[in-house]
Amino acid sequence: MNAKEVLKGHKSLAEFRYELGQVEKGYTNRSLYINLSDNKVESKPVTDMMKEKFTGGKGFGLWYLWNAVRPETKWNDPENEIVISSGPLGGITQYPGSGKSLVVTISPLTGLVIDSNVGGYFGPLLKFAGWDALEVQGKAEKDVVIFIDGNEGTVKIEETPIEEKDGHQIGEMLTEMYAESEDDKRNISVVTAGSAGEHTLIGLLNFTFYDVRRKVVRLKQAGRGGIGTVFKDKNIKALVVRFRGVKGDLNHPSDISRINKAGVRLHKEICKFDDVQNKMRQIGTANIIEVMDEYDLLPVHNYKYGSHPDTYKIASNVFIEKYITQGKPDGCWYGCSLSCAKAADHFEIKTGPYRGQFVTVDGPEYENAAGLGANCGIFDPQYILESNFYCDTYGVDTISFGTITAFAMECYENGIINKEITGGLELNFGNAEAAMELLHQMSRGEGFGLIAGQGIRRMKRLFVEAYGADPKFLQDIGMEQKGLEYSEYLPKESLAQQGGYGLTNKGPQHDEAWLIFMDMVNNQIPTFEDKAEALHYFPMFRTWFGLNGLCKLPWNDIVPESNSSALEPAKIPEHVQNYVDLFNGVTGRVIDKEELIRQSERVYNFQRVFNIRMGHGKREDDKIPYRSAGPVTVEEYESRRERYDQQLIELLGYNPEGRTTEEKIAVLRRHREDQYEKLIDAVYARRGWNNNGIPKINTLEMLGIDLPEVIEAVQPYL
Amino acid sequence: MIKVNGRDFEWQEGLTVAKLLEKKRYTYPKIIVKVNERLINKQQYVSTVIYDGDDVKVIHLLAGG
Repeated sequence: MNAKEVLKGHKSLAEFRYELGQVEKGYTNRSLYINLSDNKVESKPVTDMMKEKFTGGKGFGLWYLWNAVRPETKWNDPENEIVISSGPLGGITQYPGSGKSLVVTISPLTGLVIDSNVGGYFGPLLKFAGWDALEVQGKAEKDVVIFIDGNEGTVKIEETPIEEKDGHQIGEMLTEMYAESEDDKRNISVVTAGSAGEHTLIGLLNFTFYDVRRKVVRLKQAGRGGIGTVFKDKNIKALVVRFRGVKGDLNHPSDISRINKAGVRLHKEICKFDDVQNKMRQIGTANIIEVMDEYDLLPVHNYKYGSHPDTYKIASNVFIEKYITQGKPDGCWYGCSLSCAKAADHFEIKTGPYRGQFVTVDGPEYENAAGLGANCGIFDPQYILESNFYCDTYGVDTISFGTITAFAMECYENGIINKEITGGLELNFGNAEAAMELLHQMSRGEGFGLIAGQGIRRMKRLFVEAYGADPKFLQDIGMEQKGLEYSEYLPKESLAQQGGYGLTNKGPQHDEAWLIFMDMVNNQIPTFEDKAEALHYFPMFRTWFGLNGLCKLPWNDIVPESNSSALEPAKIPEHVQNYVDLFNGVTGRVIDKEELIRQSERVYNFQRVFNIRMGHGKREDDKIPYRSAGPVTVEEYESRRERYDQQLIELLGYNPEGRTTEEKIAVLRRHREDQYEKLIDAVYARRGWNNNGIPKINTLEMLGIDLPEVIEAVQPYL
Repeated sequence: MIKVNGRDFEWQEGLTVAKLLEKKRYTYPKIIVKVNERLINKQQYVSTVIYDGDDVKVIHLLAGG
């Protein structure tokens, strides 16, 4: 049945008409609230207080969610919300990376707020349709599609008979269904989960945009923390927005020439330097696969090692030469000349339900190649692309899947689990066939896929309780923290990055801080105070992208000429000034680079308090698995014996001569764990938190985030 | 002995910036090299000699995904 025929089978549950608004200086000044339990739809004002304290994007999401949930709320309670918001700069077309959506919900993996920054057109089109944010609460009885028509001024909730469950199918069908013509498809964006969202806690959301050159629907992912699982639990088949008429001044910015100038500067840099710097236009973030291997940072075999002799088989040149279509302007929003949304076209699928079909695979991004590939010991580009495709369309977070599979493989090789437990899957490192089948099981809701789909924290518990595993060993090698799986960098030799992962709000995702080179290679932050300063500045700076609908990549994946003589080159000061110009140019406000950081600090501290209100957010929650800080096993120590022995001598005055490897591991471990605790002390102090990680009252007051309910949440712990 | 990013590194006769980068396996393209605080352009890596006791900084501008 074609899409238009299927549409006739939609049953209207609610229709809401609204006055088309106009964006003024980056804001529409209202949000769309939908409750699926009673099909209520309403417009809510965006207040000056919200703009002042939360800026937009993730900040708005946190504020709405804070008001929607209670401390006891679980991810699958009806009051949990999914909030999507772009931010005041979202949708500008003059500056690369300006079309992001920020998604916020209570995560099924962590029980905390998760936020995810995603490309595709949904956020900007939502804003141009008249809404700064979309807040979805409640649960539908049957599958529904929410359709927002930004030209007609209607919001419809429709029960849908669509049987397709996978992201690429639903994306294509709904684009076809709601577009009035081929030319209209570019005006549609669909948000959807996938079949695995029903069976796992690691479900993701796909955000589409229509690629007019390829004539295919492309998928970008809000991957982390199981947002797709929440989406499926609410019985949402899809969110669809349509808006016709995108142009460069729709945000009605205060000073468009300022934005234009910043944009021109960056476009010129990209044109001049990308080919000799990161080659983002050729291969996107996957340009660093071999760099990570070269610097001993590529996770291999569940983060045991940092490099592998076979990495050349999945190096970026392999994807460029054999798979990824070159020469396309692959931006995930208009005007992004960095063009990193790469794709493999006409890629033949070899396994599973889409076997024999030729598809467009979005990717691979670095995390896919590292997590699906190297971390599982699979150095096969065909497998990486195919599992990337299936993760996306099944709606499975590639990072969690990679880290979970690597953990399962180490457990299998250690005899903690066996073929009987895995239902026949031989989960040895390097077994691509078994890993692929595990993924298919997650889609079908079968076998060991159901267990792995619960995430490492729950797997550890099960392996201890049901199979007698050693809880200490599993705690050491299970690369999760706060319930979220680690992303794909090896932080063992960088104390600052151990904090960059461990001292995050949502769990160990690198989008808060990536300090490995500053710390381990450049040695720019040698003292605890230096590291603490970096673990203050960079998480705050990076948070700011999520408040404004921006992508992080144009900040430092292209570097201007002036940077070589900059006082603080790691900050890319010229680009920081671009962001100040963009914010002031759009909103008409006057901020400087210090106020930019304070904007983030307000939201960052608020999120920490949110975690505290949910029963977490304290020092004990910031502990990390030892695998992320040092060698757990003899084979790990021996793989870098020279380095570790040297450290024992130089740092501890300990003579390793004649000592067993186990003895040396124990001594090194005591040292490294002590270092991490000292790091926590320094970072908490720099952030204005007490020794238990609780923001102090005067910190909250200084930031102007001392709302009565915020103070009430922290008071018992001060 | 020289310093590379504040850490001791054994000096050898005839050491140049290009040779040092090779020895350290510093292959990442976005780097800033300074010898005794003097900025060295990429075109000068082969011809710039590093002397015993020099202070070399090789700042990698990589800040993750």
